Amino acid sequence: MKSNLQKVLASGAFAVTGELGPPKSAEREKIEHHAKILKGYVDAVNLTDNQTAIVRASSIACGKIVLDMGLEPNIQITCRDRNRIGIQSDVLGAVALGIKNILCIQGDHASFGNEPQAKNVNDLDSINLIATLKKMRDEQTLLGGDKLEAPIDIFIGAVANPFADPFEYRAYRLAQKVAAGADFIQTQAIFDMERFERWMEKVRELGLHKKVPILAGIIPLKSVGAARYMKNNVSGMIVPDHIIDRLKAAPDKKEEGVKIAVEMIQHLKTIEGVAGVHIMAVAWEEIVPEIVERAGLLPRPQFA
Amino acid sequence: MIVAQRKPLAEIIKAVEPFEKILVLGCGECVTVCMAGGDKEARETALALSLARKKAGKPVQVKSHTVERQCEFEYLEAARKLVEEADVVVSLACGVGVQTMNIHYAEKQTLPGLNTTFMGYPAEQGVWLENCLGCGNCVLEETMGICPIARCSKSMLNGPCGGSQDGKCEVSKDLDCAWHLIVERMMKFNKLDALMEVKPPKDWSTSHHGGPRKMIREDVKL
Repeated sequence: MKSNLQKVLASGAFAVTGELGPPKSAEREKIEHHAKILKGYVDAVNLTDNQTAIVRASSIACGKIVLDMGLEPNIQITCRDRNRIGIQSDVLGAVALGIKNILCIQGDHASFGNEPQAKNVNDLDSINLIATLKKMRDEQTLLGGDKLEAPIDIFIGAVANPFADPFEYRAYRLAQKVAAGADFIQTQAIFDMERFERWMEKVRELGLHKKVPILAGIIPLKSVGAARYMKNNVSGMIVPDHIIDRLKAAPDKKEEGVKIAVEMIQHLKTIEGVAGVHIMAVAWEEIVPEIVERAGLLPRPQFA
Repeated sequence: MIVAQRKPLAEIIKAVEPFEKILVLGCGECVTVCMAGGDKEARETALALSLARKKAGKPVQVKSHTVERQCEFEYLEAARKLVEEADVVVSLACGVGVQTMNIHYAEKQTLPGLNTTFMGYPAEQGVWLENCLGCGNCVLEETMGICPIARCSKSMLNGPCGGSQDGKCEVSKDLDCAWHLIVERMMKFNKLDALMEVKPPKDWSTSHHGGPRKMIREDVKL
């Protein structure tokens, strides 16, 4: 059974995915509240896996909550917290719960988070993780060689960060992820459009846009402080001064943030090889419907 | 070399509190070179312990000595008389030396005076960098002589991750991104194919993850 995201991308429609950060608690209603806001506006929703190494409710458990509400989860799995035994076990458990999309991530170093004394596992790296999932699905085999007793079907996601260095390498890294078995890509949030376009040029030169759908990352900016925080504190992120200046000059910061996001999406739609957007409005989930609507991305495709 | 750093003096003072006769034992190898546990540091530590106890009104007899190599039993005999006279030994060797002392002089307690930090090299005077984890399966031929296992914060085989910016690791701006250096060297040597290669997961069983390691060489056994 294909995932909804897979069907949307196969149909050629411009895809929209969202993101939910599980709570720092076991409050089911918090996830349900945010999922309700996104329902009908996104084709799948990412559930982050202890992002920035902060302990939160499990991405798989929250994915199941979202799934029960009729929204499609995209579970993030990092290499930081589990070895290949734990990861493969979690993949089987997630699939058993009905989860179909899995996004492979390396994971921020534990020193960023609220357990800085933790052991960073990193038994596999993110590219190994992609290859592992592909092996489980395509060869029905675990990394160690044991056969799975029944096949699994998953849509394998990977991330790309055109804003990390060395820049010249970044399109090749995407090629590595595609070669390892990535079915779709979600990028880091774009603020430096010029650099993103230069990256896409190289991606097209390597023919990667024809092999894998790329969903461009969007983070709507709520305030000047949020923009500055991302510029200074989030690893692998570039926020150019012109964006910060534009927000500073605007009388209504939130409206300006929405405008910037909508303009970016409209521009991204014109770039060859961009198959959709991934909107990460963590802690500002309620703005997603408005952005999706103003960007002309409604209604979302429905499949029987 | 093995790089180490002396434990805070207060910690050593506290550890030797119950004892009256202390031997501070230095090592003439790596820890001498990295200025943590050689003869000079052994004398200094002995003096500091002696002064601290005098100040506390609990004078103590402290001697210092340095053997050529604390990690091999044959060199430990040179200190036998001093060890036997003492109530306790504070070893200024790496963790290996502390343990060979406890094995060789099993009736006596040898306490660690250093924190063994890593295997590495002196990058400049007063600065040491870690560059080998002893993983038991060297990959340096694939990574242009730069170890991603020891020098990448995430020990990635296919790097760099998305946190690499301006050649620095996401963990600290003071830390070079090892994979940035590897990619630069691959480009310099025109090895783009190597860069594109997808490396399989590492076999960690040859590293400490496979359990404490033991090496037997029949060809050199007596």
